[in-house]
Amino acid sequence: MALTFNEDRNDTIAAIATGLTQSGIGIIRISGPDAIQVGDRIAKTRKGKRVSDFEPSVMHFCDITDPYTKEKLDECLVTAFHAPHSYTTEDTVEISTHGGVYVMNEVLSLCLRQGARLAEPGEFTKRAFLGGRIDLTQAEAVMDLISSENDFARKTALRQMDGALKDEIESIRERILHEEAFIESALDDPENYSMDGYPEKLKRICSDLVDSLNAMILRSRNGRVLRTGVRTVIVGKPNAGKSSLLNYLTGEERAIVTDVPGTTRDTLEEKVRLGDVELVLTDTAGIHETDDAVERIGVERATKALDDADLVLYLIDSADGITGEDEKIATLIAKRVLSGNTRCIVLFNKSDLPGRVSDEDTKRLFRIAMTGAGKAPDEVINYRKIDSLHISVKDGTGLSDLKDKIGQMFRTGELLSSNEVLLTSGRQLQEAVKARDSLLLVMQSIEKGMTEEVYSPDLMAAYAALGRITGEQVEDDLVEKIFSEFCLGK
Amino acid sequence: MAKNYELTCDVCVIGAGHAGCEAALASARLGLETVVFTMNTDAIAMMNCNPHIGGSSKGHIVREIDALGGQMGKNIDQTFLQSKMLNRSKGPAVHSLRAQADKAAYARRMRQTLENQPHLTIRQGEVVDILTDEDKNGTSGQRKITGVVVNTGTIYHCRAVIICTGTYLNARCLVGECITETGPSGMQRSTYLRDALAKLGITTRRFKTGTPARMDGRTLDYSKMKRQDGDPVIEPFSFSTDPASIQKEQVPCYLTYTNEKTHEIIRENIDRSPIYAGIIEGTGPRYCPSIEDKVIKFPDHDRHQVFIEPEGSDTNLMYIDGMSSSMPDDVQQEMYRTVPGLEHCRIVKNAYAIEYDCINANILKLSLETKAVSGLFCAGQFNGSSGYEEAAAQGLIAGINAAMKLKGRGPLILKRSESYIGVMIDDLVTKDNREPYRMMTSRAEYRLLLRQDNADLRLRKYGYEVGLVSKEDYEKTETKRAQIQAEIARLKETKVGAAAENQKVMERIGSAPIRTLTSLSDLLCRPEMTYEMLKDLDPDRPALSKEVTTQVEIEIKYEGYIKRQEKQVKEFERLEARKIPDDIDYDDVKSLRLEARQKLKALRPASIGQASRMAGVTPADVNVLLIYLDTRNRKEGK
Repeated sequence: MALTFNEDRNDTIAAIATGLTQSGIGIIRISGPDAIQVGDRIAKTRKGKRVSDFEPSVMHFCDITDPYTKEKLDECLVTAFHAPHSYTTEDTVEISTHGGVYVMNEVLSLCLRQGARLAEPGEFTKRAFLGGRIDLTQAEAVMDLISSENDFARKTALRQMDGALKDEIESIRERILHEEAFIESALDDPENYSMDGYPEKLKRICSDLVDSLNAMILRSRNGRVLRTGVRTVIVGKPNAGKSSLLNYLTGEERAIVTDVPGTTRDTLEEKVRLGDVELVLTDTAGIHETDDAVERIGVERATKALDDADLVLYLIDSADGITGEDEKIATLIAKRVLSGNTRCIVLFNKSDLPGRVSDEDTKRLFRIAMTGAGKAPDEVINYRKIDSLHISVKDGTGLSDLKDKIGQMFRTGELLSSNEVLLTSGRQLQEAVKARDSLLLVMQSIEKGMTEEVYSPDLMAAYAALGRITGEQVEDDLVEKIFSEFCLGK
Repeated sequence: MAKNYELTCDVCVIGAGHAGCEAALASARLGLETVVFTMNTDAIAMMNCNPHIGGSSKGHIVREIDALGGQMGKNIDQTFLQSKMLNRSKGPAVHSLRAQADKAAYARRMRQTLENQPHLTIRQGEVVDILTDEDKNGTSGQRKITGVVVNTGTIYHCRAVIICTGTYLNARCLVGECITETGPSGMQRSTYLRDALAKLGITTRRFKTGTPARMDGRTLDYSKMKRQDGDPVIEPFSFSTDPASIQKEQVPCYLTYTNEKTHEIIRENIDRSPIYAGIIEGTGPRYCPSIEDKVIKFPDHDRHQVFIEPEGSDTNLMYIDGMSSSMPDDVQQEMYRTVPGLEHCRIVKNAYAIEYDCINANILKLSLETKAVSGLFCAGQFNGSSGYEEAAAQGLIAGINAAMKLKGRGPLILKRSESYIGVMIDDLVTKDNREPYRMMTSRAEYRLLLRQDNADLRLRKYGYEVGLVSKEDYEKTETKRAQIQAEIARLKETKVGAAAENQKVMERIGSAPIRTLTSLSDLLCRPEMTYEMLKDLDPDRPALSKEVTTQVEIEIKYEGYIKRQEKQVKEFERLEARKIPDDIDYDDVKSLRLEARQKLKALRPASIGQASRMAGVTPADVNVLLIYLDTRNRKEGK
């Protein structure tokens, strides 16, 4: 019941249409019947001309202003396209910002507050197709796109859903479902369950939940920018120099560095600016089989960090040579590189020490990893998603090459920043607001003295909205809940 | 040489329970020669479990059956002992009518209706085989119905068959260690149909249900129980029944409770319960738990309600509602006697569990026709539902759709957004049901619109279109609709000011004074206000029936909620309207996930909306499907 498919071409969508790179110009596209109106609310030329007055397909220099706070966000070039003369065949407004992740996010966020809905992955292209703009032969490509982006979006959504936020949403949903199940049970079995005094109780619960959601919405607004960046994971067997590399990149003694393998018991996270690229760095406990319970948790997290990575920095201890453990780690990485958008740079560390890794060894390692990940060996020789460098973290050899390499990958678009993280977070925000508003409607119904059966549609709307954040399906949860918690039926 | 006797008709209905009766009546009323088979003519429309019709959400179904031209509502209106509108303290959307039936009278009257129905023949006998032929109009390998074979060897040639075997097919009843191979209440079970269906590629599964003991009412002490009476003014189920004609002296029910002693006995003997001992293989319903289940699954409840309900006006039998069980006789005797008022009870019929064959309704289309065999329809408990009302509603729809098919017309498929029946059938056919399905209000997403009070406004037109509702009844409904709309419009336009005489009226009513010029509809929105109370502010109001003014009041008071729900319905119906062609080849749809592809191939949903409700089909899969269909339409130049 909670599924919404955006085949509705009656609503207006917005998203960042270019990649979230720091350099160059970023375009925010708004498309749909209200696109021009949304543009009117936020953009104006210095002479006071509004988007609806623009000559179609001509760029206009505008100020982008939040109509409520009157705060000016940026100076941009704004273009209005009138249906059907646009990419999507709908009314469209394109805002070219100066770039910069922060500004783009703020402008997008403003569009969403002004009535646009966040576009699903591939949705502009889909609308273009449905509007007859794209050739039929491209249809299958669009379907593939939706299909794969769906997996990608789920991955990124899950990434955000780690930890406290997810727990909090789950606990709110749980409480809503419990109350809804009680109401349903009482309606279905009125002779068994009494609702005397219940509305007041429910009102208190809703009020608590609204408070929690409000706090979450506020946090989410503030925290949104922090979550952007290239999700980067440093892996390698114990004592390959992971923590030292992290410390080098972050410029401080962040991780405990010792010579004892397994010192890093947990994953550490650090945000780093490398030229024009922002990295969210994670250092992992060495991936190796361990009996130490504490360390095992670290290893599990490391494996998970790999699942989420945009970029893997794989450290091989040249002094130690390639070991069986390296073969395992390389296979783990290869699987992820092959399955998605993850890129990998192999770093042969400790080039200051006498090296024991030959080119032949490296090729052998690649072959093992690729076959382990299910690829034929001859396909992998020139596998382009993997680069390698020789470095020494200790004396700094090759580290500037590493920075350059990452910067180059980012600029050429080989390396994607996780802009979907941002998008899902925009969506999270919208859904959280929807959930809160539905709960407010329930409270309103109670205040008006309405009877219990009218609470349900709004309660379930809140439940469904929160479920869309966590990616859970609503389906038959309720019926399950009723049966498990309430003894129903004569 | 034995020679088969051969007969010809249009439709054969297998089983004459609540589904079979509605199916047979609908088919015959639509002019098709119909034969209804029953294992025993004394078992027609038998109420084998509880003695009431209606109740929460089931009352809605009965009203819907009536609006479509079915029989159940009319039949109970003539044979009830007590009637009560449940949830009256709550809003109209969850008001639900329930009537205690005189079981024998109910069955007798329904049988009479069948007997006197033109084009309908009742035949006692067991159907042992279903005859089919290759369907030249269908896809290759598709079969179509040509007849049935009865145990006597007689062949009935026909064009449609409706299976409504209820709990009779390969049934067995369990009382503790005692297992008998019978249908309900010791009736003879049917056995051959399972193999006949298997030959057609239709497999069955096992479900179970249970029923409590029946006792001699003279041995019960009602002074220890709480008396439960019916409503002072009785509302009929049927829109065609004149309320004045059914007001009568009612029979009370009684309420008592189990206690710790009862629960202790159950816990001590739980290993002798066939379910807990693992003897029962069928899946039972969770909403209608046995007393064993209640005690084990809800250990923190120190008591459970027990309703004592009459089975009829010419019998001493009382039904012990809330204590169904499959415990051995000695445990039953002991546990029932711990309940206040039942200390000296004499059990006439033991509580028992019953196991039976049914299908997974995923093999059906929304018309209740099987996908495998053209002209073969299924309804009722055989489809994995439970309850008289659920069965009757499916029977009615199957009967209508068998008739529509033979007349070359399209099937009647009710949407989730317009009826509980639509919700039920869609759930049965689309979702993954693993236990007997009961209707519940929580299953209906749009229940503020699907009220029992407006079933006629929602569904009469369909009954009329298929031919079960008379022109006169249909026009009556349409007049009602027009009156409601006109009156709502008038109340919105008519404004009253703060004149002294108006304030006096407000004061008398006990409502806040009128501040500025206010419409009558705004005043009606005040929680304490009713249409009746507005009378003195509204001297020129037209004379309207209670039915009309009730609708006016509901529509105005709940306007905001109704509008919100209508918006949801619009969104929902957009996806329902996107039909998936019958000949779609899911292997041709690239980018579908494997699981979704397999599920879609097996279930073959009729619309994008239905696909979206299937387990294992994600929103991305649905998007992929939408694009595929669009591409296809464009290729075909649509």
